[in-house]
Amino acid sequence: MTAAGGAVPLEEAAPARRAGWRETARDFARRRPLGAAGAAVIGLMALVAAAAPVLAPYDPLAPDYGAMLARPDAAHWLGTDAFGRDVLSRLVYGPRTALTVGLVAALVGATVGAVIGVASAYFGGAVDLLVERVMDVFLSFPLIILALAVVAVLGHGVGNVVLAITVPMIPRCGRVIRSSALAIRRAAYVDAARAAGFSRRRIILRHMLPNVMAPYLIMLTAFMGQAILLETSLSFLGLGVAEPTPAWGLMLKGAAVDFAETAPWLALAPGLAISLAVFAFNLFGDSLRDALDPRLRTQ
Amino acid sequence: MLRPLAALGALLTVVVALSSAHAEETPRRGGELVFVVPSEPPSYDGHREETFGTMHPIAPFYSLLLRIDPTDPKGARIGGDVAESWTISRDHRTYTFKIRKGITFHGGQPLTARDVKASYDHIIFPPEGVASSRKAAYLAFASVAAPDDRTVVFRLKWPSAAALALLASPWNFIYSADRLRQDPHWYETHVDGTGPFVFVEHVKGSHVLGKRNPKYFRPGLPYLDGFRATFVKAASAQIAAIRGERAVTQFRGITPGEREQLEKALGDRVRFQESPWDCTNWIGVNHEKKPFDDKRVRRALTLAIDRWEMSRALSKITIVRDVAGVQVPGTEFATPPAELEKLAGYGRDIEKSRAEARRLLKAAGVPEGFAFTLKNRAIAHPYEPVGVYLIDQWRRIGLNVTQEMIEPAAYFTVLRGGDYEVALDFQCGYLVEPDLDLYKFQSASVSDANYARYQDPALDDLYQKQSRATDKGARIRFVRAFEKRLVDEEAHYLTTLQWHRIIAHLRQLHGWYVTPSHYVNQQLETVWLGD
Repeated sequence: MTAAGGAVPLEEAAPARRAGWRETARDFARRRPLGAAGAAVIGLMALVAAAAPVLAPYDPLAPDYGAMLARPDAAHWLGTDAFGRDVLSRLVYGPRTALTVGLVAALVGATVGAVIGVASAYFGGAVDLLVERVMDVFLSFPLIILALAVVAVLGHGVGNVVLAITVPMIPRCGRVIRSSALAIRRAAYVDAARAAGFSRRRIILRHMLPNVMAPYLIMLTAFMGQAILLETSLSFLGLGVAEPTPAWGLMLKGAAVDFAETAPWLALAPGLAISLAVFAFNLFGDSLRDALDPRLRTQ
Repeated sequence: MLRPLAALGALLTVVVALSSAHAEETPRRGGELVFVVPSEPPSYDGHREETFGTMHPIAPFYSLLLRIDPTDPKGARIGGDVAESWTISRDHRTYTFKIRKGITFHGGQPLTARDVKASYDHIIFPPEGVASSRKAAYLAFASVAAPDDRTVVFRLKWPSAAALALLASPWNFIYSADRLRQDPHWYETHVDGTGPFVFVEHVKGSHVLGKRNPKYFRPGLPYLDGFRATFVKAASAQIAAIRGERAVTQFRGITPGEREQLEKALGDRVRFQESPWDCTNWIGVNHEKKPFDDKRVRRALTLAIDRWEMSRALSKITIVRDVAGVQVPGTEFATPPAELEKLAGYGRDIEKSRAEARRLLKAAGVPEGFAFTLKNRAIAHPYEPVGVYLIDQWRRIGLNVTQEMIEPAAYFTVLRGGDYEVALDFQCGYLVEPDLDLYKFQSASVSDANYARYQDPALDDLYQKQSRATDKGARIRFVRAFEKRLVDEEAHYLTTLQWHRIIAHLRQLHGWYVTPSHYVNQQLETVWLGD
């Protein structure tokens, strides 16, 4: 059957098929190769963390006092640390701490920040004013200072480190999401939801929050990199996770500093790993922002 | 012909040595001594505290009754400080001290025997609610009296060989009787002494500043105009401060690796002084927490530790060195290695020890993979390496141990409050003397420094017996029995290693000697800065 005259065929009139995730990923990789490289590195880190027991040549906690501070060789590709522990094995287990802390802190920080930001935009008035002033107080402290203060009050340990990183992220995400949510608040479908008598909770969570997903995802990826950097910074300062946990920040302190001149490999490998991880998250986050920002989408 | 030449050579050597010694001993006045302190004072009260974090920045503000002579490199000669002279009764139970005239507190009031009595009452017989960390060492002391302004009399319950050493404690700052009467806690938060330097300020997290006391009772001293004790927690930053010549020294001690770094970087601009160190890390096991109330579990913990390998390995990377019992190895009351090896955890066959440890844990009902936390002091050396080593040793008997680092200022609060299962503790003495080294381990009701929170009258009895023993052989026997009960039979407290002290200082620093204790020679009045 052929279409008569200028009529549009029925198939063509149907809404365009949604692209699958593979297609989207392929498109993202083609348009944003740097972002894709970042994503690949993140994926590789996650894979290494998951497969650490298989990949690590040695137990990362097992010392070998006969091979303390051994130079890189065939037995220990990246050398050993002051306790004779294999640096490569500790490096392979390292992302477990970095990714766990980074993921949990970024996820919780961005999500709580998004909910607060949307709620603040929705209610407006005195609520918005109060929430924003509280946010201002938190935003007035640099990220690391606020994290240090939280650890100083709560003490050390993985749980407290996650909390220390999460707390400073909430106002940062809240502020960005609020600005997006302010526009949505006046959208017709929100008015319609309100007129239909939906509860505030339903309007915020079901109608507004899904529509700020783009800035949320951008913030989330940006926070992951920052969270990893904060976790390693706190561990380096002796305020994060404690020895003998294999963690990149911990690998940079202690003997790595004491023996920086005679055993530079102690600091080199974890230092490069941290830089690469943060670089990868930043590349991916930037590309994601470009891909999701309508103003940049055509570029 | 050769003999006169040799004699002439020897004479010349002596002359050269004497003239260089004389040059060394010609002090120069002025300047500010900047030194780094790796920990901050939990309080300013020397009677209460046990940390160099208090001693190093605060000791220069105070005088003592007696003190370890700062010009004695062995750190063992006792001399008078505010005491001008003293006599000991024939029965060795009465010590009478004459106090110097003309000493004044920085606040202006004169120092009298009444102040010395009040200070020692605060140490030996503290009022309810006042912590005195070393009061358990003074069990032999019955009373302190000040019959007149210049006389102090100590009466003992029994003759004690350690009496003079106890009265020369660098912790026993002389406080004002009036201030103590008004508030026995005043000195925890304020400073007012009669020492060579006057307190200027303490900026928390930054520094303590002291200036020369122009009314100091030793004529011509101190040489320095003042000092700045800068708090730097990170070991790398401490070394960087000395390396960058922003600080002259750090009086606690550095690691062999740090020594190597400074030697390479500064060449002949840096000097090193070394000494055995009267300090040991002890493992405090909280007897009030299950399953650590069971001595089988405590014995298992000590049996798991290979101390000989620990010594070989950790001495290369941190400030610990010798395997020891309750006394510094090689000293007169120390247990010889062959006998030490018979105690739990000192055996050379570590596999046999660990098999016994596993059996004991099983018998005590402790399951494989049992988890607990080792609370440790957040000072890099030697706490962190020792903690890492211990965790690995306990892992080898099926225990799952995590480490929690506690900020130095909060560390004693945790220990005193019993808020831990197992913690890395320490015992450092200012003189090697059983009374001073063992008082800590008496029952918690006797010793404020017993953080393992046990009561053991049999151990207390052994302490008293060794303290009262007038015969050296008998005293050795009691010290050994005390040691066996403490670390083996009851395993109340578990030993790790004796420390080794290395001090690095810029060559400008003169008039200061390293000793086996990092608590003595800290009044700094003999210190001066040269080129």
